[in-house]
Amino acid sequence: MHGASVSLRELDKRYGRVQAVDQVAIDIRPGEFLSLLGPSGSGKTTLLMMVAGFEQPDSGVIWVGDRDITHVAPNRRDIGMVFQRYALFPHMTIAKNIAFPLRMRRFSKEMMSRAVANALELVQLEGFETRLPSQLSGGQQQRVAVARALVFKPPLLLMDEPLGALDKKLREQMQIEIKRLQQSLGITVIYVTHDQEEALTMSDRIAVMREGHLEQIGSPTELYDAPATAFVADFIGKMNFLDGECLRHDARCFEVAISRSGTIVLDSGSHPLVTSPQRGARVRLAVRPERIELVPYGSQNLNGLVEAVIFVGSSHTFLVRLAGGELLHVQCQASRAGNSLCEGDRVGISIPSNSVLVFPQMEC
Amino acid sequence: MPENPVLRRRIRGRPLSAGGYGTTASLVLVSPLILLLVSAFAYPVGRLLWNSVFTPEPTLAHYARIIAEPLYLIVLWRTFEIAFIVTALAFLLGYPVAYAMARVQGRRAILVAACVLVPLWTSVLVRSYAWIVLLQRNGIVNTVVQEMGLSKAPLQLLYTEGAVILAMTHVLLPFMVLPIYSTLRNIPDEFAKAARNLGASAPQAFLRITFPLSLPGAAAGTLITFILALGFYITPALVGGPSTLMMSTLIAQQTTELLDWPFAGALSAILLVSTLLLAALYRRALSFSKGFSNG
Repeated sequence: MHGASVSLRELDKRYGRVQAVDQVAIDIRPGEFLSLLGPSGSGKTTLLMMVAGFEQPDSGVIWVGDRDITHVAPNRRDIGMVFQRYALFPHMTIAKNIAFPLRMRRFSKEMMSRAVANALELVQLEGFETRLPSQLSGGQQQRVAVARALVFKPPLLLMDEPLGALDKKLREQMQIEIKRLQQSLGITVIYVTHDQEEALTMSDRIAVMREGHLEQIGSPTELYDAPATAFVADFIGKMNFLDGECLRHDARCFEVAISRSGTIVLDSGSHPLVTSPQRGARVRLAVRPERIELVPYGSQNLNGLVEAVIFVGSSHTFLVRLAGGELLHVQCQASRAGNSLCEGDRVGISIPSNSVLVFPQMEC
Repeated sequence: MPENPVLRRRIRGRPLSAGGYGTTASLVLVSPLILLLVSAFAYPVGRLLWNSVFTPEPTLAHYARIIAEPLYLIVLWRTFEIAFIVTALAFLLGYPVAYAMARVQGRRAILVAACVLVPLWTSVLVRSYAWIVLLQRNGIVNTVVQEMGLSKAPLQLLYTEGAVILAMTHVLLPFMVLPIYSTLRNIPDEFAKAARNLGASAPQAFLRITFPLSLPGAAAGTLITFILALGFYITPALVGGPSTLMMSTLIAQQTTELLDWPFAGALSAILLVSTLLLAALYRRALSFSKGFSNG
């Protein structure tokens, strides 16, 4: 089984006055695991439904391999799909469910039963042939749905929030299983989710969607370390935002006043500047909780008060209130120093210049 | 269970709990209904059946009369025949309507629903008279037929079996549409989509997935329509003639005109028993839909 490349070219879809999908263009490599990530209403499901053939784009083209499928009926696309609530046919046994796509393709009886047995083995559900879907647990139903979507060896698999109905433990286990399956089969996967952790765990690349358009596409580390917009920075992982005003910006340094809390001075050369703000411009600084360091009070020009200490096993999270009212999340390894801090302590805040992202201040 | 509980309950067909009421409380809650059933249904029906066997003395003479006189058996046969045809027609006409009702959205959904419900809210008497207006010798249908030159003389439309079947089908249609609609509506869209995705054409997806899943509703609709048709009185009495006499009309004649209550009781008993028998057979025959119906 070989994965197909997928190419979405300038797809548009409008429902009345709502632009559900807005000029989305994505190229997916054969065998790639691509996640469409975004909040509800961002257009990710509409995009998936277009690839599956249940929605027609107003304009744009969809290629799978060297085939233009934009106007092909859904049953002639040969694309596997796992639905949100599995959509196993309740009146058919597990074997009949899995054999359904083969029956539609007029496979012989022997080939059908052999393929069903192989598919059940693939998802480790041998012996479940004669059960009904309602007699299976959620996780087992999920596996049957995957087996049914793969049994006819499609080059592309679509998954629409397939793990949303499972509890956390099972979800993490299934993430690994799906990933393992995808890699061993070499199949291309488009995976829709609103869970950024899930997307980070499973994907080769993530396409972040927002209000119908593609906000950013890149590998998990790219999105985490170099988000292109404040929206992506906020959506992927935990992020602290500080609104401020640009006081100085020249070749050497970049100084930002954070309301009444103090100022931050950054090296002009050493941090990823998303925009190049003028003096007096309103900017939004973003910094990850694990990149901030707590230092003795008064040693920095940014100081705060520890409001709460949260122990989460591997690390401590400190909630630090700045003088201007901003609340910072600061995450420290549990073994590190600074763990002697407790609520009510005054601390200085050190932010390495190269871990600060600068965005223009506007939406969000 | 990490799955849709509503879906699960519908598919398995088992209520999740009795609602938490104990035996005594449950009995108290249903007692008004039981009282009503006993006084207004069980007692009069029982009395009628009793009379058919014990009036004037213990005898089976009334039943013997039914068997001896071919007319009564003909009427019984005709009643079942008409009920069957009406049910079949109502199913063929009603299923697409129910399907449309379950699929369309917005303003059109209200329109389709109104087309089904407004007749249901209109008196059966009014709807039967409407058919008389349409079908009588100088009614609308005959006028149109003559104007178009299809026939010289007015056609005999009213007081025929065809008129009875037509009017009854119309009157009973909502009882077919509504149960089918309610099952179709509860079948998630995803099933048909999954079938399409897996390679089924639209007709195949309907025949293999949607239709089988809607069978419980179809079973309920056909059974309700058939039983109602068996005992239907007003419409056959108004648009039918002597040649289309049905059981209910016959029983009414015996009670209101001939005052032969024991014989009416015997006729009722025959109708009741054959209806129950048929309903039981029907449920047995539909047991293939076990697992997702409450049958």
